[in-house]
Amino acid sequence: MHDAVVARFRAALPPDLPPAAFVSLRLVDERAETLSIRKGVVEAPRISHDIGAMVTVHTGGGLGYAATSDLGENGLRQAISRARDWAESTAARAVFDTRGVEMPSPTGSYRTPVQQPWSAVPVSDRVAWLQQMGRLIGTDDRLVDWEAVLHGLVVRSRYVTNQGGDITQELHHLIPDFTLMASADGVVQKRSLGMRGMARQGGWELVERAALEDEVVRCREEAFELLTAPNCPSGRMHLMLDPGQMMLQIHESIGHPLELDRILGDERNYAGRSFVTPDMFGSYQYGSDLLNVTFDPTRAEQFASYGWDDEGNAAVRHHIIRDGILVRGLGSTTSEQRSGLPGVASSRATSWNRPPIDRMANLNVEPGDRTFEELVAQVERGVYMETNTSWSIDDSRNKFQFGCELGRVIEDGELKGLVRTPNYRGVSATFWRNLAGVGDGSTFQVLGTPYCGKGEPNQIIRVGHASPTCLFADVDVFGGA
Amino acid sequence: MRTWFDTLADRARDRIQGSEGFTLTLTGEESEFARLNRGMVRQPGSVTQCAVQLRLLDEGRQAVATIAASGDRTVDFARLDGAIDQLREMLPHIPPDPLLLISEDVQSSEDVGPSNLPPASEMVDAMLAETEGIDLVGIVASGTMVRGFANHLGQRNWFARSGFNLDWCLVHDADKAVKTSLAGFDFDPDTLRAEMARAKTQLALLTRPARTIEPGAYRAWLTPAALSEILGVLNWGGFSLRGLESGHSALRRYWTGEDRLHPSVHLVEDIAGGIAPDFQEDGFRRPATTPIFREGRMEGALVSPRSAREYDRPHNGAGESEHPVSLSLAAGDIPTEAVLERLGTGLYIGNLWYTNFSDRAACRITGMTRFATFWVEDGEIVAPVNVMRFDETLDGLLGAGLEGLGADAAFLPSNMTYGERATESVRVPGVLVSGMRFTL
Repeated sequence: MHDAVVARFRAALPPDLPPAAFVSLRLVDERAETLSIRKGVVEAPRISHDIGAMVTVHTGGGLGYAATSDLGENGLRQAISRARDWAESTAARAVFDTRGVEMPSPTGSYRTPVQQPWSAVPVSDRVAWLQQMGRLIGTDDRLVDWEAVLHGLVVRSRYVTNQGGDITQELHHLIPDFTLMASADGVVQKRSLGMRGMARQGGWELVERAALEDEVVRCREEAFELLTAPNCPSGRMHLMLDPGQMMLQIHESIGHPLELDRILGDERNYAGRSFVTPDMFGSYQYGSDLLNVTFDPTRAEQFASYGWDDEGNAAVRHHIIRDGILVRGLGSTTSEQRSGLPGVASSRATSWNRPPIDRMANLNVEPGDRTFEELVAQVERGVYMETNTSWSIDDSRNKFQFGCELGRVIEDGELKGLVRTPNYRGVSATFWRNLAGVGDGSTFQVLGTPYCGKGEPNQIIRVGHASPTCLFADVDVFGGA
Repeated sequence: MRTWFDTLADRARDRIQGSEGFTLTLTGEESEFARLNRGMVRQPGSVTQCAVQLRLLDEGRQAVATIAASGDRTVDFARLDGAIDQLREMLPHIPPDPLLLISEDVQSSEDVGPSNLPPASEMVDAMLAETEGIDLVGIVASGTMVRGFANHLGQRNWFARSGFNLDWCLVHDADKAVKTSLAGFDFDPDTLRAEMARAKTQLALLTRPARTIEPGAYRAWLTPAALSEILGVLNWGGFSLRGLESGHSALRRYWTGEDRLHPSVHLVEDIAGGIAPDFQEDGFRRPATTPIFREGRMEGALVSPRSAREYDRPHNGAGESEHPVSLSLAAGDIPTEAVLERLGTGLYIGNLWYTNFSDRAACRITGMTRFATFWVEDGEIVAPVNVMRFDETLDGLLGAGLEGLGADAAFLPSNMTYGERATESVRVPGVLVSGMRFTL
């Protein structure tokens, strides 16, 4: 079917198109399925099949796009015409001249390595897994709500250009997830995997490896214990973050500020700008010398892996921050050429109905050399926090405040009891310089989330963040009301 | 498109068997978008999309399929038939759903707005003509949105609107900018000109040296746009019966009657005054208004058909998410021209940003000031203020800390375009607060 769409696209290319014009077709064919159980009730299974195409035209220095769910030759011809009209009518007022941007036209294919496709597991078996999660959560008067979810997604795409480019990709995603709420004496506490954090690429083997059966029992007991736990202490102290909260910390205060389109100003009306300026690349001390951050869409099992981004740039692993120094931004061909800064293959669109923009994909903190126990032993007074529950940061991605589901006091190098409603605040530009310890591979987790919002028109995209447990010094920590 | 949707509904009706039933919902749009930066065009384009959601019902079981619709009869019939077959195979593996409630009261409707929009390129021209030499960044969104519902009982609902939403900033420098929106169904260049003129006047104030305030509590005026951000975070399950009963809602203490807001707070879900369709995805009709807060007391919640079953209460046409689509907060008595005088000395907050909960159970909210926020002394704007983080309870904003509400409530259609252009809106006045706490 995809071959037929490509053939129609080629047939629909107008003969009077200037030889230098660039035209691409990005066909996206996405099949998803969600199974869930809430408080013992199996909810309606949801399947979806979304398919459509985005046509992009660069001509005369302008660019235009047109997305359509009509994949017939007439629909594609109209899309090409609309995109071309936009390009030609706005070329004289375009932010940049597309004739100075050389778009890639590669060929090849990529497929997520999958041992057992989730869709090959019978629905009854998947429902049984959810029901087993429910049995492990069990019943208790303090449990006021819970749910377990399995969300599977297969994205098949084809990227074709009028200059010989032709890429086929097939990405398999799976998100097993649960959330539970406990309440007693007017106190409510939540435990979860945080923003669907177990999101990864692969097949049913991910569910088997994740061992969520153990996690759900642990979270249930923690939720009950949090109901009577004291409030998180306040003051400046050490802060130790698990990979689940590191995911959010990396995302908001490293990932977003390093997006080149923010630095170029495209996002100032909505997602925001950046405290990072072009002159910082190559010399700016972003964090302590313990901080090493990589952009790595080649890590096959991670949630936002691919062979090429949505403008045909080949996926390559790069250091973004090396030994604390900012070396590279997040942006692809167009933004690299506009800004003159080094970027990565990160031009991505949420689906066929939105144009690619600069995004994160897999953005990871590299492991260090400390065990969990060694990190704890470094702390005289501090709090260890797990699982994000609140996130807020200014439009320059500098002043932030984040909250977690669970805190645990650290005193004199030892983990003590739980504390509830743990929060901390800081400033990106100084927070990472206080990175005082980085966990080793034994603390490292590969996580991800489907919820990264940005762009006009708005787009939500899948991102991956892998990280070890990390320790920060001199952080403003506080609790609830 | 209406005729074509009916054709699909007829097809679904013909394909179901025995005791099966179905609901069919459609969302579609033909939209044009032009992204602007530095007073020029960054990324212009068009999106034509349509999706149909089919719910297959049989003996208390249900399963749902969403398919892209192409407009081609052969293609779409094949997809619809395939979805029905797939759902039919699934149903035996799913237990009956005790919370399933379907609409059996057939209430068809048609609500089609006029279509008078010029091409989006004309709106782009008009915006750029007004801002030569000014750093403008924003988006033009325009076109037709449709929503449809059908079921096996013969109900048909259709909703269509052709509208535009211009959303932009005039930037002085870095994060100092004036944010403005203009949305509607008839584009009037003179109205755009007037909005631009108002924005340019504020832009001139941003050229003054900025002031950084110390953490602490400040008297503050929140414009309607700023207050709408507060309502936005409360929307995260706050008004939902399921959220209130299951602990997810930040308004739980108001729901139980332990807390109350200021007596001048009257909040309703105002379908009649909004722009969203008056039917939800299961085909239930939404009442014209649903009270939520009256005289500061929480007296209502949004109840979906599913929650109605779960908590044994009547539903009020809320969608499955139980999010309001047309909130309206009653205006007060502070005239717009008297706002600065009533504020006296404190903060005039044009916009808030990235709100979230510091403590959801206590309804304590954090977030940032953004764009045009000013320091005011003795009723006069003195200086723009560098961005600050607030951390304040709802009680501090709309309860004990509320001094007054603006006399003019602004109608703010949503500019959100996640997945598709939104039909939500809020109507909200500004609010005068006695001591809003800032932390960073």
